[in-house]
Amino acid sequence: MKNHTHSRLREIYDLLSSMRFAVSLLTVLGIASIIGTVLKQNEPYPNYIIQFGQFWFSAFEKLGLYDVYHSGWFIVILAFLVISTALCVYRNTPLMLREIRSWREHATEKSLRLFSHQAEYATTLTKEESLPKLQGFLTAHGFRFKTVDREAGDVLIAAKAGAYQRLGYILTHAAIIVICIGGLIDGNLPFKFQEIMGWKKIETRDLAADKVPAISRLPVNNLSFRGNITIPEGSQGDVVFLRMRDGYLVQELPFAIALKKFRIEHYPTGQPKSFESDVAILDPDRKEPFNATISVNHPLIYKGVAIYQSDFQDGGSSLSFDGWQLASAEARPFKVDGKVNGTVTLTTSGAPLTVELDDFRLFNVLNLSSDGKGKPHNVGPSVTFKVRDAQGQAHEYLNYMQPMQLDGRTYFVSGMRGSPSESFRYLRIPADEDVSIQGYMQWHALMSDPAKAPILAKRLADKVLQGEAGAEAMRPKFINSVQQLLGLFAKGGFNAVADFIEKSVPANEREKAAQTYIRILENVAFEAYGMSREADGKPAPKTDEATLAFIRDSLNSASDVFFYGSPFFLQLTSFEHRQASGFQLTRSPGKNLVYGGSILLVLGIFAMFYVRERRVWLLVKPGTQRVLFAMSSARKSRDFDAEFERFKGRLQQLMQQ
Amino acid sequence: MELTQNYIEPQPLLKTLSWVDWAYALLLLFGGVFAFSRYGAYMDAYEKSFLLGAVAGFSWLGWFWKPVRPLLVGIAALSLFGISQYHGDLASVDHAFFLKFFVGSQTAIMWMNVLFVLAMLTYWGATFSRSMFVGKVATGLTWSAVLMGFTGLMVRWYESYLISPDVGHIPISNLYEVFILFCLITSLLYLYYEGRFNTRQLGGFVLLVVNAGVGFILWYTFDRQASGIQPLVPALQSYWMKIHVPANFIGYGSFSLAAMVGSAYLLSQRGILTSRLPALEVLDDLMYKVIAIGFAFFTIATILGAMWAAEAWGGYWSWDPKETWALIVWLNYAAWLHLRLVKGLRGTVLAWWALIGLLVTTFAFLGVNMFLSGLHSYGQL
Repeated sequence: MKNHTHSRLREIYDLLSSMRFAVSLLTVLGIASIIGTVLKQNEPYPNYIIQFGQFWFSAFEKLGLYDVYHSGWFIVILAFLVISTALCVYRNTPLMLREIRSWREHATEKSLRLFSHQAEYATTLTKEESLPKLQGFLTAHGFRFKTVDREAGDVLIAAKAGAYQRLGYILTHAAIIVICIGGLIDGNLPFKFQEIMGWKKIETRDLAADKVPAISRLPVNNLSFRGNITIPEGSQGDVVFLRMRDGYLVQELPFAIALKKFRIEHYPTGQPKSFESDVAILDPDRKEPFNATISVNHPLIYKGVAIYQSDFQDGGSSLSFDGWQLASAEARPFKVDGKVNGTVTLTTSGAPLTVELDDFRLFNVLNLSSDGKGKPHNVGPSVTFKVRDAQGQAHEYLNYMQPMQLDGRTYFVSGMRGSPSESFRYLRIPADEDVSIQGYMQWHALMSDPAKAPILAKRLADKVLQGEAGAEAMRPKFINSVQQLLGLFAKGGFNAVADFIEKSVPANEREKAAQTYIRILENVAFEAYGMSREADGKPAPKTDEATLAFIRDSLNSASDVFFYGSPFFLQLTSFEHRQASGFQLTRSPGKNLVYGGSILLVLGIFAMFYVRERRVWLLVKPGTQRVLFAMSSARKSRDFDAEFERFKGRLQQLMQQ
Repeated sequence: MELTQNYIEPQPLLKTLSWVDWAYALLLLFGGVFAFSRYGAYMDAYEKSFLLGAVAGFSWLGWFWKPVRPLLVGIAALSLFGISQYHGDLASVDHAFFLKFFVGSQTAIMWMNVLFVLAMLTYWGATFSRSMFVGKVATGLTWSAVLMGFTGLMVRWYESYLISPDVGHIPISNLYEVFILFCLITSLLYLYYEGRFNTRQLGGFVLLVVNAGVGFILWYTFDRQASGIQPLVPALQSYWMKIHVPANFIGYGSFSLAAMVGSAYLLSQRGILTSRLPALEVLDDLMYKVIAIGFAFFTIATILGAMWAAEAWGGYWSWDPKETWALIVWLNYAAWLHLRLVKGLRGTVLAWWALIGLLVTTFAFLGVNMFLSGLHSYGQL
């Protein structure tokens, strides 16, 4: 029975340390690694649910596919690789060391004659003459040798070169073990263990760092970690968050980091050139704070913790807006003030709406050329926010502070979408001749005001019918239809007008009617523009191409506003920028092992490939006046064959002189 | 008697050097000292050591493989000539005759493309006509392509500093530039073995994969208009790039070369072109040698990459798709080498494996950038 178990163990040992097993493991590891590159790792869990549906989401979660490289089964494969390699080293190292040291000077004449690479020479030289020649030959070719006397006055020279090739095997395989151990130390194995034991638990609630319970906190003396923290300018932090599956852990730091200033520099083309954070390390062990600048590729290492510049975001910039009503006759803006990451509730349009200010960006490098071939450039600040109604329905907006040049004209641009999976659709509001949004907004208010429709219609009638024959008779009808058209447009833009034409005009006259209506709308819109400027005490608009284009753009905008989803337009007027810098902090004691292992690996690989192990035996037999030459190598190759031929010829020569 | 004539007493490399070798090394040293005296103030300690390393490394390479000497001198001469034509003004490229038609960076690279296409056709011509002369012409064309390609890169390097001193960087920072590097390194590796094995019969095969790279460069230039010099994002502004990227491309180039040798092996074995290709065991041996070089450099490149990652991203290994695929490539060739070195496997299986290995390598090089997102998203298509 005991024997049986023993042989079973032996079998397992043989299997684990076999080449077959090792190569299979390499393949399995390669294939397993692919999974994590195809499926995006460590995304927020809701994303996976959307992607796969509840059933597959749970199945994949059980398989650990959202964090493949830290899942149990993956670590088991790695562990097997380490074990297999370790057994291979354990099994072969003694043999190889013996092989490296050995001269194999006990090889018998009989065995030498069985070599595939061997030759025999007749010589007239005496032993004393031939030995130095042969030894000189070996030395010249980098062989070390040992000369031993054999029976009957024979002498054997056993020589070897490149014995360190075998060391290459040992070094490379030892290197793999060292690297894997280093990696495991820096991995999350210690936490996994604590989690299984029930000592630690992932926190999944959205809590402030100091509210996170002790069971989800890792102490300062934790050996290795890799976590992130975002610090707004003028604030500080003394913990980092380690993201784990669908939650996080809080790692306490032996010091606090205060962010004094975050800077982005740009190239002339607008692309970012550098990200830098001026920080102060506040350490209880020091009296004065330790000041440093951290930038990409230039981390700060303090008390064994490396601090990296990782990302940046808004740290709560103060923003001021002009709010323009889009669905009322109010022509003056209301003021809105808020901070990024904060909310503002507006009741100006009746039912309360909540504006969630999500982000502010100082620079936006866009390529605005219509064919996409022009140069990208900075179009200035932008703000993203959501407008949420009482039912919780929200639209998301992306508003640019400054107007942009699009197709040769100047517009204020606002993107809108109903959900994050959609792409933004853009509302373009034409800038007036003062490059302001005011001209449009005042015009819009006038056009939306039912009380102003009769006045506008009259103004247009005065202008159009002036001096025409029968004008007085046409006048009431004209005014009436202009008023009706204005009413339609104010209710639903061009769509409402089109619907009206569809309903009330015979099919063959629609095209003509539409053209007439558009012309009337353009004219009345021009009157409205003139009127809104009069109210402001500005001169009447010029009747040129630019004004006409402005009027057409304005009509298009007013039509698009019906799809804008918000009863107001927020135009950013001023801001006070406050940034936050994202840092990654790591302590990775395994790094030195990994680097050390890497050096071993490179040395080993070069030894394995470029040191050629060869052995030569020269058996000098004075009795028969013959010399036997045999050569061997653990690795047969064409180079070896060629070298054997060269040696054979040279030895022939030497033995005849 | 023939054998005795072939026999050469082994001598250490240093004793075999001629005055030309020493003159070459001296020239490199002079170049290094000149660069140091002129630009040393702008270099950090690492860059200074790279400069020193380049002088030593290229001296050794020229001694070890003699044709490198005229190549390097040629590249230096052409590049310096090109640079002199700019007169410090980037716009010169549009009106200075030599820049416009010969050594401006884009023009030189176009010459490289043309020469590579011609070289491939000529190599195949040599294979089918069995003409020694045509083969020599093909080799000459390949060397010329390499000369023009490197000149193009050198001049581009200079051009990037003309745009603005803070934009200037070594031209191996995006897909367009590394494809040029890929073509050049693969060709150089091939040319080395062409000399070593004294056979031009594989040129057509290897130039196929090089010309695939040329096709990409042309597509990138004309269809995507992406051949312009872009400033470096902060993560790439590091001395590590100067060693990590070339080491990687020695790996990629070797693996591609091995795959082409593998395909020649498989064809020859099936009786196709057998009489026009080297013997099977020669192909097998070559395949091993190339994969060995590739594996060594790919290992170094991956380690350098890990060290760079530790400095830029906060961890030496993040299981980023590019890192993971580098590991997959590495595991693939590790398995290949195990089978050959330990199991003693030869021939068909390994040839197929090397060929399929090219797919894995290509995916790691291109596919990751095209289909997967991650930290390594500099070279996006």
